[in-house]
Amino acid sequence: MAPYHTRQKIRQTYSWIGRPLLDRKLHHRTYTEICVKIEGCSTPVHIQVGQFVLIEGDDDENPYVAKLIELFEDDFELHSKKRARVQWFVRFSEVPAHKQRLLGRKPDAQEIFWYDYPACDSNISAETIIGPVQVVALAPDEVIPVDLKNEKIFFVKLSWNEKKFRPLSPELFAELEKLQESSPKCQKSVEAMTKNIESPAWTTTEQVVKRIESSHSASKSRQTPTHPVVPTARKRLELGSLTFPHLSCLLGLGFPRTPHTKISQPTSQASLDSSGRTKRKVNFSETTSQTKRSHLYRSEMSSPALKTPEKTGKVQPFCAKDVKKASPKCCMILRTRVPALKTTQINEERTLTPVKGGQRPSVPSVVLKPENIKKREAKEPETQNQATATSHRIRRRSSLLTLNRIRQQLRVLENNKSDQEEEEFLPTAEVSDSSSEEEEASTPALSRRNTRCISRNLRPFLKPSIQTPSKTPKKMAKSRTPRCATPQIRSRNLTTPEPASMLEEARLRLHVSAVPESLPCREQEFQDIYSFVESKLFDRTGGCMYISGVPGTGKTATVHEVIRCLQQAAQANDVPPFQYIEVNGMKLTEPHQVYVQILQKLTGQKATANHAAKLLAKRFCASASPQETTVLLVDELDLLWTHKQDVMYNLFDWPTHKEAQLVVLTIANTMDLPERIMMNRVSSRLGLTRMSFQPYTHSQLQQILGSRLKHLKAFEDDAIQLVARKVAALSGDARRCLDICRRATEICEFSHQKPDSPGLVTVAHLMEAIDEMFSSSYITAIKNSSVLEQGFLRAILAEFHRSGLEEATLQQIYSQHVALCMMEGLPYPTMSETMAVCSRLGSCRLLLVEPSRNDLLLRVRLNVSQDDVLYALKEE
Amino acid sequence: MLLINHALKELMDIEVVSENILQVHLNGLLQINDKIALKEITRQLSLENVVGDKVFGSFAENLSFLLEALKKGDRTSSCPVIFILDEFDLFAHHKNQTLLYNLFDISQSAQTPVAVIGLTCRLDILELLEKRVKSRFSHRQIHLMNSFGFPQYVKIFKEQLLLPEEFSDKHFAEKWNENVQCLSEDRSVREVLQRHFNISKNLRSLHTLLMLALTRVTVSHPFLTAADLMEANQLCSMDSKANIVHGLSVLEICLIIAMKHLNDIYEEEPFNFQMVYNEFQKFVQRKAHSVYNFEKPVVMKAFEHLQQLELIKPLERTSANSQREYQLMKLLLDNTQIMNALQKYPNCPTDVRQWATSSLSWL
Repeated sequence: MAPYHTRQKIRQTYSWIGRPLLDRKLHHRTYTEICVKIEGCSTPVHIQVGQFVLIEGDDDENPYVAKLIELFEDDFELHSKKRARVQWFVRFSEVPAHKQRLLGRKPDAQEIFWYDYPACDSNISAETIIGPVQVVALAPDEVIPVDLKNEKIFFVKLSWNEKKFRPLSPELFAELEKLQESSPKCQKSVEAMTKNIESPAWTTTEQVVKRIESSHSASKSRQTPTHPVVPTARKRLELGSLTFPHLSCLLGLGFPRTPHTKISQPTSQASLDSSGRTKRKVNFSETTSQTKRSHLYRSEMSSPALKTPEKTGKVQPFCAKDVKKASPKCCMILRTRVPALKTTQINEERTLTPVKGGQRPSVPSVVLKPENIKKREAKEPETQNQATATSHRIRRRSSLLTLNRIRQQLRVLENNKSDQEEEEFLPTAEVSDSSSEEEEASTPALSRRNTRCISRNLRPFLKPSIQTPSKTPKKMAKSRTPRCATPQIRSRNLTTPEPASMLEEARLRLHVSAVPESLPCREQEFQDIYSFVESKLFDRTGGCMYISGVPGTGKTATVHEVIRCLQQAAQANDVPPFQYIEVNGMKLTEPHQVYVQILQKLTGQKATANHAAKLLAKRFCASASPQETTVLLVDELDLLWTHKQDVMYNLFDWPTHKEAQLVVLTIANTMDLPERIMMNRVSSRLGLTRMSFQPYTHSQLQQILGSRLKHLKAFEDDAIQLVARKVAALSGDARRCLDICRRATEICEFSHQKPDSPGLVTVAHLMEAIDEMFSSSYITAIKNSSVLEQGFLRAILAEFHRSGLEEATLQQIYSQHVALCMMEGLPYPTMSETMAVCSRLGSCRLLLVEPSRNDLLLRVRLNVSQDDVLYALKEE
Repeated sequence: MLLINHALKELMDIEVVSENILQVHLNGLLQINDKIALKEITRQLSLENVVGDKVFGSFAENLSFLLEALKKGDRTSSCPVIFILDEFDLFAHHKNQTLLYNLFDISQSAQTPVAVIGLTCRLDILELLEKRVKSRFSHRQIHLMNSFGFPQYVKIFKEQLLLPEEFSDKHFAEKWNENVQCLSEDRSVREVLQRHFNISKNLRSLHTLLMLALTRVTVSHPFLTAADLMEANQLCSMDSKANIVHGLSVLEICLIIAMKHLNDIYEEEPFNFQMVYNEFQKFVQRKAHSVYNFEKPVVMKAFEHLQQLELIKPLERTSANSQREYQLMKLLLDNTQIMNALQKYPNCPTDVRQWATSSLSWL
């Protein structure tokens, strides 16, 4: 811990106070109070669970603010066994700079925000605690009291969940209010507290109250070493709050968890993590650390605050301590629950009837004063609006998680008065969640998926605290790996011009990238693939399909269209939801990389090819847990060929497993690929579901062009027919067809520039474009070559004619050349010149020549037909 | 390349465009595989995983990174990128043509707007592309041919030599330009140019010719003359092998003549040292007056010297145990070359010359 004591050069010693409560499952001994002795100061500072504390951060002047939730000793930690769990508060300066404007007003210097972000690592070393501090909860519209401004007190008005600012939930608010009353000044007696708690309540809150009571009494009496209720509940909450250290700890993996090691972890993870997530994380940490550094003046204000308690070192009466001990615990339970409840409320209020929406907020919290209720009610619509405005997907998801957990808890705990409302709205929440599943944006989805995997399979390489901007002080400092930012091409400052003329518009529409609304002429194929995938989705089985066809026949486009339709259908709940992954053999450096890509797209993890293969095999073959179907599109399959064919084997083997629920669609060019390059065991797994895309016929091409140029009279009908027929005769490649048309529009535009009447693209224009694309350049090249080069070609022809072979050595050709020149009375060239000529013709591939080190003996062949050469030479 | 550079320069002169275009220049001779090419692209695009001049990550990571980067954008938002691939044909030899496929694929799909320009001298480049790569290629080809005639060639010659208006010494520039004008009308100069034009329309060879001529310009010889050009032309069209032959000794010349005769007799069949030596012996014994009858090792030495000059070439690679006398060789000189060289050979003994011209060597 030495490096972090820079601020106070004084040595601090930490010691537990009171008997430990043993938590067997967690191998923890929990405490309720810690004593901080500062060297040179006679009175030690006592900090209890539930108090607000300052925690060392990387900015010495601006320590973090948090509320102590739990104190415990953890033997698995290497460096500091004294641990603490906290609920973080964020200062305004810690909010990422680009999100600060979301607040919409200027924050008060002393204002902090409840950090409502379950993913944040709340487990810290107890020795980073600097001292107690006072935090006052205020209603959002309350003005920060002027009289308190001088005192070093923080004010909480809003909560911050990485997305937006929201008012504190009523329960939370009440509890904070209560704390503020009870803990720092110990004005209220125990009786008053309990009385307060036992005040009439309603549904959920009532249960909570009971729990508060029970835990309160239990801790007060301190008779049982293992608390019957709290530890289990706590454990669940821990799972819910996604603190990995604890999970790993639970399973005995025992990662070193001191702040020191935590620094290194994120950096090492950077390579393992999905790039998206690391990027996000680092982005965050960068911004926060920057902002922290910049806000130095505020630190001066806050630093005295933490020093005063230390100096005075209030020793509080024992009875008061008891109260405090009790109350924080309840609070802790309450707190973790409250944000979750609140978010669901907001969401459900949208979906449920207005009556319910009205009911919900009227649920009074235990210690809420009447004026607060009013305020909160006023608040409610506002929060609703916010909820609808921003993306609710992620919140919905997290809320569901916590909601479920709460429900379990409630059942387990005691109350049989199960919350009816909760029961009612849960199904809707689930539905909305599942539909949001596949449309989720990459980053949040990734993190969520990860957590799921971990809790299920315990992927060993995903170390604790990958989750986002953890607030453990040390973390912020580093983890600046170079490749963390979002890869993105610089954006343009110039807006794209709107298509000015009809021809430009046509050209835009004819570009291959312009996705048409429907794919004409592929209805049958579309239907086949659609029904194939759909049936697999409904049956919850796996299957393979092989799609072949020459390039440019719309294979990939059709599959994409199918997937798009299915995704829409899944959203509308017509088909079961599924996950879609696409890999392209051409976009891999090596066949085995396909595993890495699939794994990354599936779970967001990064692994080596071998490891990824193992993980995927485990996922598809072993995991019995029901999951949604995965649709995998493998484009350019033939490039996944390896000598052992293990990649293809695996791809086709996974769907055969019952649990996998994997549908594999493969695309390649050759129809007989399975027979030609695959081993029997591979091709048999591929099955017989084949489909081949025939090259487009001229009428189909015509239809395609017609559909793209709908309502756009840029082409003559004859012209379209011409190009369709030409292309159909050559290859049936739709891309070619579009390219020709685009070129023709350009030619048309160019030719019409002078008369200033951009007319239709005519047959002549198209002919010109076709000629340009398909005509061989050899003849023009020969025509434009120099006299000597032409002479040399002539000599080659003569030599071929003489020997009757299609190949001659340079020496033979040279003597022919010399003879020819003599015949025509021309000065014949020297050998060196002839060599130069030969290599020049060879470089543009009119000739095929051996490497020139063979000198005179190098063999020469024509790369063009002799007739073409003769034709080109005769022209003159 | 010149044309591309010119076009790009003109494009970049428009300020709006230059601010909105990213350029990536690749050369097939430098980026010999996709891995290096990817790194170079990332570097030139100065994406975020570049620190200094180094690009981090493995090949696969780089590929996916770059693809993701290029995929992100769309037509309206991201900056267009121009890829210029010099020696394009060499990129087609990369494994699977991954780079080309991906570049073409991006250019054909609604991702970051990308223009790929390939430069190559090969006319058959399309045949090198794999079918799916070819399908994604737009088939837009521009062939740059030297389609100009001789008058234009002379014009180019003049333009190359003329001094610009803003030349510091106005007086000299005037005189020089006058001289160039005269030269272009001079008959012998035109002859030289015509000859050069016949050999190659390539402007680079014209540059070499002019450079050779211009090196003769000094303070005392301030203006280019027709003679300079003629001399330069001679230098250009010089046969390198004939030059080598000029430097050979009489014995070596004799050996070459013997080989030539052997070639005539056996119709280009390969020969070995012993055959050449026998032929040489015949000549010395019957006809030679001036040539001393050298001992065999001396002749062997001369033979080896010819081999070192690569005027003769062994058919197979020399192995240690094979006898050097019997190793089969081929002559890398054409008859006409030999005869031309002999005529210019200084102090060539008449009997040797006679022997060379006689069709029947033993007479």
